[in-house]
Amino acid sequence: MSLIYPRESNAAHAPRLSPTYKSTVKRSPTKPLVIIPHTLSELTGPVYGHETVRENDNDLTIQHKSEPLGERIIVHGHVRDEDGRGVPNTLLEVWQANACGRYIHVVDQHPAPLDPNFTGAGRAQTDGEGYYRFVTIKPGAYPWGNHHNAWRPAHIHFSVFGHSFISRIVTQMYFPGDPLFAYDPIFNSVTDEKARMRMVSSFDLENTKPDWALCYRFDIVLRGRNATPLDND
Amino acid sequence: MSNITPSQTVGPYFKYGLTPGREYQWNDAFSNDLITPDVSGERIRIVGQVFDGDGAVIPDSMLEIWQADAQGRFADPQDTRALPNAAFRGFGRCGTDANGGFSFHTIRPGAVPGPGGKPQAPHILLAVFARGMTQQAITRIYFEGEAANAADPILALVPAERRATLIAKRGQDGVPAYRFDVHLQGDSETVFFDL
Repeated sequence: MSLIYPRESNAAHAPRLSPTYKSTVKRSPTKPLVIIPHTLSELTGPVYGHETVRENDNDLTIQHKSEPLGERIIVHGHVRDEDGRGVPNTLLEVWQANACGRYIHVVDQHPAPLDPNFTGAGRAQTDGEGYYRFVTIKPGAYPWGNHHNAWRPAHIHFSVFGHSFISRIVTQMYFPGDPLFAYDPIFNSVTDEKARMRMVSSFDLENTKPDWALCYRFDIVLRGRNATPLDND
Repeated sequence: MSNITPSQTVGPYFKYGLTPGREYQWNDAFSNDLITPDVSGERIRIVGQVFDGDGAVIPDSMLEIWQADAQGRFADPQDTRALPNAAFRGFGRCGTDANGGFSFHTIRPGAVPGPGGKPQAPHILLAVFARGMTQQAITRIYFEGEAANAADPILALVPAERRATLIAKRGQDGVPAYRFDVHLQGDSETVFFDL
């Protein structure tokens, strides 16, 4: 199988300069990016899996003496390429705030309590068909300094590898119906509405575990499609 | 129409999840030391700093590198030419420190095939992630003094006056250390690629 990576697909991403998200102003390249062909260097990528993910790394609720506070949730989904084929055995890394909207990171000074039973970091590998699953708690919204009364909608950070160095993506998963969506410059840095809504998970009643946890589904579509499309495409 | 999931910034708080070091109750999946005991090739260090448009250091960025082994083979089954060198994985990750500094300990990669089978000069791919970056910016590290740079088909696509931003400078005293600074903006803005 050899994949190609049409540049047009990058149109889904936010502009690098998104001035309402102020930190982009001094951190986005101002000179034109140089277009180059995809060589073996770009078309290959690291292969990480079992040896990187320890048993229970995908359960963020059992890393400490007791369970964290907050609403326990299951987050699962399908990692696939642009043709809809599952991406098997690929690494996902997640990190998130606790139920109060506080990160364990030392720089986070939001005056909400830390939870001694929650770090907020996890890892998983997709299975042979591209499916993954985490157990965690629902993160809280939190304020940030971008503008007056700025709050980030609740989100979980995802880092995904895929088939090549140019399929690699870091993104954020949101929760359906968040009232903060309209006010968040990071969420709205993605200008295409359909693309933006692909970052919003869906409530998944069917996979909720009765008497234990609600469930959200978050599918991730990575760059990459078959070099020779099927006849019926 | 594109159906991919959009990228979002890595934000300011990734460290405990992606580059925890010994500061958090989590383990590093990756390291800035790519050396495996049995790897062949010239061992080198690459050091540098990351700067923003004001010339200020960026202490909260993350860099990832991807490279071939000394024989020019990638540790990826999609590189079907031959098995890669020993246990060498060719991937590294490093968060910047309070001075915007980073370092990688690796081996000098070999030449890899380029467009039309033309060889590419030894190079390392570098992706920069940071708060304020809506997606990673990808550049390449080439090596000062490498004769093959002159014929490299990718460098040839870069405006001549900007090529120097892609060339890591060799350390002064013959130590196999190379210096590669990343400037996200400014007069010496690093060349990033549209991939």
